[in-house]
Amino acid sequence: MQFPILSVIVFTPLVASLIIFLMNGERKNEIRVTALAAAVFALLLSVWVYFSYDQSVAGYQFLEKYDWLPVLGISYHVGVDGISTPLVLLTGLVMFTGVLISWNIDDRPREFFAFLFLLAGGVFGVFVALDLFMLFFFYEIAVFPMYLLIAIWGWKQTREYAAMKLTLYLFLGSVFALVGALAMYWQVGQNTGVFTFDMLQMEKAGAMAGMVEIFGLAIPFQVFWFLPVFLGFAILGGIFPFHNWSPDGHVAAPTAVSMFHAGVLMKLGAFAALRVGIMLLPEGAVYWKYLILGLALVNVVYGAFIAMIQTDFKYIIGFSSVSHMGLVMLGFATLNREGMVGAGLQMFSHGVMTALFFAAVGMVYDRAHTRQLPELGGMVKALPWVAISFIIGGLVSMGMPGLSGFVAEFPIFMGVWKDQWLVAVIASISIVITAGYVLIAVRRVFFGDMPAQFEGHITPISVLDKIALGTLCLVMFALGMFPSLMAPLVELGVMNVLRLLGGA
Amino acid sequence: MDFISTHLLTTILFFPVLAALAILFIPGDQVKAIRWTALLSSLVPFGLSIWLWLAFNPNIAGFQFQEQYLWYEAINSTFHLGVDGLSLTMVLLTTLLTPLAILASFSISDKVKAYMILFLLLETGMLGVFLALDLLIFFVFWEIGLVPMYFLINQWGSANRNYASLKFFIYTMAGSLGLLLAIQMLGVLFQTYDIVTLAERWAELDGSTVMLGLSTGTVKMVAFWAFVIAFAIKVPVWPFHTWLPDAHTEAPTAGSMILAGVLLKLGAYGFLRLVLPFYPAESAQFAGVLAFLAVMAIIFGAFGAYGQTDFKRLVAYSSINHMGFVLLGIAAAAKAAGTLDATIALNGAVLQMFNHGLSAAGMFFLVGVIYERTHTRDLRQFGGLFPLVPVYGTILIFVSMASLGLPGLNGFVSEFMIVRGSWAILPVFTALAMLGLLMTGAYILKGIKDVLHGPLNEHWAHGEHRLTEINIREILVMVPLMILILVIGIWPMWILDVINKAMMMLF
Repeated sequence: MQFPILSVIVFTPLVASLIIFLMNGERKNEIRVTALAAAVFALLLSVWVYFSYDQSVAGYQFLEKYDWLPVLGISYHVGVDGISTPLVLLTGLVMFTGVLISWNIDDRPREFFAFLFLLAGGVFGVFVALDLFMLFFFYEIAVFPMYLLIAIWGWKQTREYAAMKLTLYLFLGSVFALVGALAMYWQVGQNTGVFTFDMLQMEKAGAMAGMVEIFGLAIPFQVFWFLPVFLGFAILGGIFPFHNWSPDGHVAAPTAVSMFHAGVLMKLGAFAALRVGIMLLPEGAVYWKYLILGLALVNVVYGAFIAMIQTDFKYIIGFSSVSHMGLVMLGFATLNREGMVGAGLQMFSHGVMTALFFAAVGMVYDRAHTRQLPELGGMVKALPWVAISFIIGGLVSMGMPGLSGFVAEFPIFMGVWKDQWLVAVIASISIVITAGYVLIAVRRVFFGDMPAQFEGHITPISVLDKIALGTLCLVMFALGMFPSLMAPLVELGVMNVLRLLGGA
Repeated sequence: MDFISTHLLTTILFFPVLAALAILFIPGDQVKAIRWTALLSSLVPFGLSIWLWLAFNPNIAGFQFQEQYLWYEAINSTFHLGVDGLSLTMVLLTTLLTPLAILASFSISDKVKAYMILFLLLETGMLGVFLALDLLIFFVFWEIGLVPMYFLINQWGSANRNYASLKFFIYTMAGSLGLLLAIQMLGVLFQTYDIVTLAERWAELDGSTVMLGLSTGTVKMVAFWAFVIAFAIKVPVWPFHTWLPDAHTEAPTAGSMILAGVLLKLGAYGFLRLVLPFYPAESAQFAGVLAFLAVMAIIFGAFGAYGQTDFKRLVAYSSINHMGFVLLGIAAAAKAAGTLDATIALNGAVLQMFNHGLSAAGMFFLVGVIYERTHTRDLRQFGGLFPLVPVYGTILIFVSMASLGLPGLNGFVSEFMIVRGSWAILPVFTALAMLGLLMTGAYILKGIKDVLHGPLNEHWAHGEHRLTEINIREILVMVPLMILILVIGIWPMWILDVINKAMMMLF
């Protein structure tokens, strides 16, 4: 039997979470070391999966399937394709760096790491799930600890409000998606006679055929259910007009959670919207694509403008995530090769970039205890590593060539050109706006004169922090200079999506 | 050695990056080591480009020393490099000016490590634009160069640096937005980014095909303007020039040298490499508009320079004036492509790019020399300095004369050729440009008079303010520039031969 590597990846954080929970809460160092060991292990395994994915074979690989509740057609079925493999790697990276920079959390580290790993396990689960029920199962596992992490360890002023807002938004979204999923389950059962949640079965041609009768109107099944399913998941991806939980959530969360939140959780929404919405309901995707394109365009441009006027350092990054996730949705909505390859790369690139951003913001905030741009300044002398990392992240975010943001955004724009050139022209405004707010934030926070009250209070960052920042920067450089490290892989995944859509 | 000779262009291109990496590992307080490493390693690309110049065969059409590697297969972009006579000249200029600018920066004592690293990265960014034969790679390097320049101005500039650096960055980035969109459109239409292939296929398209729901003519025209505006901002052409005086004035001396010496040439290079080959019909159609903008740049640049009281701003405006001549030559060539007059104008334009690189870099350096000593650039506070600093004064007059277009020095050769070529094609505009040339003489003489002649400002003659003479290091920066200025002025054939053959084959 083949080594069940994906299951090991999924259960490493879950088991680690359990072990940490059972440890003595006073022995903080042991807890930290356990957490780091688990994170390194998961990262190494995800690197291994990434590099041993066989590109000549393509399709879903590292498959495992066990019956779970055969009566209802539910199985434990996992596997990765070209789109999810980079995301598994991303989760491994964010988990590793997240543990490193939370090393000095003093308030109940046991519970903190336990919940963080529960979250990570859920995220891994969604990315590898090939069974719709399992996908929901892990999805909820990922969302639930978020509430506690924000409400307990978050920023005192808004944590309760933000945690509540976030959780309600996301649960509302997943309820819609769940109803849609059940409808799909019945439809597949009626069409094929086999009641199953197995997505590989559900995506077969004809499985989702049929009409929905409502108020005497006959609407094709896929067209009717696409919107609740896609938007339900896309809420977690921050799609307009359901995006406003995300900046609040980002800001209120403690640093490592913000990294997870913006770096990985938002990808979770986008990924599930693709996997369940577009891949299972392709006709619906074709029907509604211009709506999605329009919403995503608003995300891209409006998010950038809102980020421009923020004075809170962390809110700037929060809204920039809204803008950048809009590009992912824009890429999906093109439903063509370039756009979707770009969207796949952008998910990875944005994840790494935004994790870096939040890590940097957290390091500044921990020392200055303020995030207001007018109150900050001159941090480059005390925190050169943070400044350089933030600048690199900022360059990625404005799509500077040579870094990963460019190789991701460029194909997205190409894809949009192919479809609606005017949308590409409008969306491109966001590039200049992004350059504007990034440069302004960099200048206000890191350059200029340091306010007197900070003199001598800004302690240097630790070696672990440097490793975390360095790793993330390195990944962005590597992908930006050698896009072929990832693009062909994503392209294989995209080809499969296009096959379902009836093209290519 | 074998590796280097087969990968000559990649070596030239990436050597500065390697040097920057090496400097990263030198401790920040070893200022001397950092300076010398930067200087010596910037001499390597210069040596290699002299090798390239000697090994280059001007009689072969097309690109030489080509290298092509897989880069981004998903969108059919390859890492494709090559040189022809045009890019070779620009590569030589870049690799020559970078070591001089680094030598000029030896007086920088604040954050030397970061400064030198940025400078070397800047060199790679500029070289990449000249070497790229793939449109996407062209754009990659085009944008990369902005980042180090932004930080050089923002961190080492003078009082108003924040405003100037942000203006520079946003202006250029917004300008290249149209270029980016047009490049994407070309990529979508032709599924390739290879400059040579694109130029052929794009120029061949006739009006019958319909793209993006619009007629080819419309699409081409919009794309033409997208390219033109991006490059016009970089040149800069009136009315897109307003970032330049700010950026130049605030930039550190060496930053201004590179900005005027090389960065402005990127825009003109874009016109020659992309606009004319891609859009011959549109270029001919709108040659009058381009010529109008060029003449406006020439005249306004000259009047603007004359009106300045800040020495550095005066030199900055003179760049607008001189680069206007480059565009005038290009416009003339666009209007009557293939004729003898057009070729002469083009030769003049390319030579003017090279010459302006030499004289503008020299002028900015000389402004920097006096600024370091007096901490002012206000022309009204100088006066009669020649007896105090005769060597400096002589050098300043020499370079000013080159900039003015004195026969026997390089500026005369190129400006004469541009005017000779465009006279037959665009007589009215050329005549108007002469008005600008007159003012060129006026503002340069005004600059020399205000600084060197007239009554001596006693403030600089005694005590702690006593003006000191230009030192050996500073003279060493100027000597190569002055030699080239004189050599090209007296015997331009060695460089014109390469340029001319390239222009004959290109157009």
